[in-house]
Amino acid sequence: MSTTDPPKKMTYRDAVREGIRSALQNDPRVFLMGEDVGHYGGCFAVSRGLLAEFGEERIRDTPLAESAFVGAGIGAALGGMRPIVEIMTCNFSLLALDQIMNTAASLLHMSGGQFNVPLVIRMATGGGKQLAAQHSHSLEGWYAHIPGLKVLTPATLEDGYGMLASALADPDPVLIFENQTLYIMEGELPANAGPVDISSAKVRCEGKDVTILTYGASLPKSLEAAAKLAEQGVHAEVVDLRVLRPLDDATIMRSVAKTHRVLIVDEGWRSGGISAEISARIQEKAFYELDRPVQRLCSAEVPMPYAKHLEQAALPQVESIIAAVQNLVRSHG
Amino acid sequence: MTTAQPDHDQARRLLWQMVRIRRFEEKCVEMYSAQKIRGFMHLYIGEEAVATGIIEQLRPEDAIVATYREHGQALVRGMSAGSIMAEMYGKQEGCARGRGGSMHLFDAKTRFCGGNAIVGGGLPLAIGLALADKMQNRKAVTACFFGEGAVAEGEFHESLNLAALWKLPVLFICENNLYAMGTALRYTESKTEIAKKGDAYNVANAVVDGMDVLAVSEAAAKAIATAREGQPFLLECRTYRFRAHSMFDAELYRSKDEVTEWKKRDPITLFFDAMKAANVLSDADYAAVETEVAKEVDDSVAYAEAGTWEPVSDLTRFVYSEVTAS
Repeated sequence: MSTTDPPKKMTYRDAVREGIRSALQNDPRVFLMGEDVGHYGGCFAVSRGLLAEFGEERIRDTPLAESAFVGAGIGAALGGMRPIVEIMTCNFSLLALDQIMNTAASLLHMSGGQFNVPLVIRMATGGGKQLAAQHSHSLEGWYAHIPGLKVLTPATLEDGYGMLASALADPDPVLIFENQTLYIMEGELPANAGPVDISSAKVRCEGKDVTILTYGASLPKSLEAAAKLAEQGVHAEVVDLRVLRPLDDATIMRSVAKTHRVLIVDEGWRSGGISAEISARIQEKAFYELDRPVQRLCSAEVPMPYAKHLEQAALPQVESIIAAVQNLVRSHG
Repeated sequence: MTTAQPDHDQARRLLWQMVRIRRFEEKCVEMYSAQKIRGFMHLYIGEEAVATGIIEQLRPEDAIVATYREHGQALVRGMSAGSIMAEMYGKQEGCARGRGGSMHLFDAKTRFCGGNAIVGGGLPLAIGLALADKMQNRKAVTACFFGEGAVAEGEFHESLNLAALWKLPVLFICENNLYAMGTALRYTESKTEIAKKGDAYNVANAVVDGMDVLAVSEAAAKAIATAREGQPFLLECRTYRFRAHSMFDAELYRSKDEVTEWKKRDPITLFFDAMKAANVLSDADYAAVETEVAKEVDDSVAYAEAGTWEPVSDLTRFVYSEVTAS
């Protein structure tokens, strides 16, 4: 694609697929490995068509053996390849948690700097599709606890496409969390889309009254809430965190200093979650900028229920974001 | 000994490697008692024939994945005794700059990929190293050591399956010393013939007397040749650790008589006696090996003693790669 071409209309799913395709085309060391990535076309159809294009060596179906194929990804990365390991959902990644934490995240340090692990792991995350308590959780904040990992949460087509190339160029393990509900999101991918920075948050919507810090599937919800709030004369600034480890403190604190009120919207659980970490950093670094205590809107602390009305009630929604912002603003003075 | 006789130089080298492990680890115990070495330390004494027999058959381009009981593998692979001792001292001259200790020895130059202290955790890594070699058309083999305790972990089964499915050049070496820490094999496995578990995954397999370095060498040569052609191999080496599991083990789970019986099959004595009887090695050879090894071990201590502590300001280095600006 050249810069003079018009942007392409596509879904987030297409953008992720194009990112993978581009990586496979650009570097013979890159290969994709995971459950059902090949003949099935990917559980969420992300890799559909790639097997025919790149063959079984590079679009590698694995047995249902998360620990072994994630560990194999680590070994292959040590051996000079650039594997993209797909884990069907982040709930399943717990079967590979030992490999992710005890090996991928620890190896460089444990070896005194000798063995870095240039591995990328992609996984689907999040609720909202009535998949109940073993397919719907948001564990990205949890992984962000672990030194040695980088944790990315692409929430736009550009990031869905471009974060992969940046992650593959990184010398260390990078986890990419793709929220399941975003796959059908439609948008435009600029013709010159390419690698994006994977170290900073981005202001997606400017505002002066309140800052909404969010990521993943809560980003489009927050943007929609911000648009409705604007009609009421409340101007929310929406910051897309994009990267949960390392957190971009500078962008967060800059927005806090501008609006003095903060709402964190996170599909993860509240207790011990990434929202707690961000809130703590704000009080450490920008306490005197705050007009109101930092507020958090997180998922209810339940294993995700199946019934639609219960699941929807468990997740942050446009309405609950609006209500939380109104409360923050109303209680001012 | 039913296997082919080595010549004098080959025999002397095998003896030398085994004596190095033995004397080095005896010195480690001394240094542990002197509190120079801390943390967990697991000794290989009694199992020397396994690492020696296997690793002496590997090529420089081959990779090794080992466990937390890996001093022997590291020494035979050619890592310097000084760098290992310094690592156990926690000095920055150690092979992992003091970040790993006894359980996490690493050396990129010799493709020594650790020192993994999660039982079974190394097997998937070995699969990946072999996959990378295969995908890049390198004729290297990955030798993956683990104890019989690891056979109970899912990673053993997942990894054997993948290795056979993808035709990977992996040599799985099960060091069956009969005890997973303090729990005997018969209490943990419904089927105690470990090599045969390879059959379930179409992984070629064999059992060898792990106290007989020549038998291990011969079995390893065949197994490595098979693996190099892209057919994984599971080699069960029946062995015994003469010392406790770690330095914190009262050994309540096995009898002194059992240990005494196994010590009668000490791999070093067994090998030397056979070589002497065959006129391949002499008492003078043995004495010379001991002298050489004593010096190497003493030097390793001197190296560790002279080593330096990494400044605390470096504490958070090596969490992420240090990318130099280009």
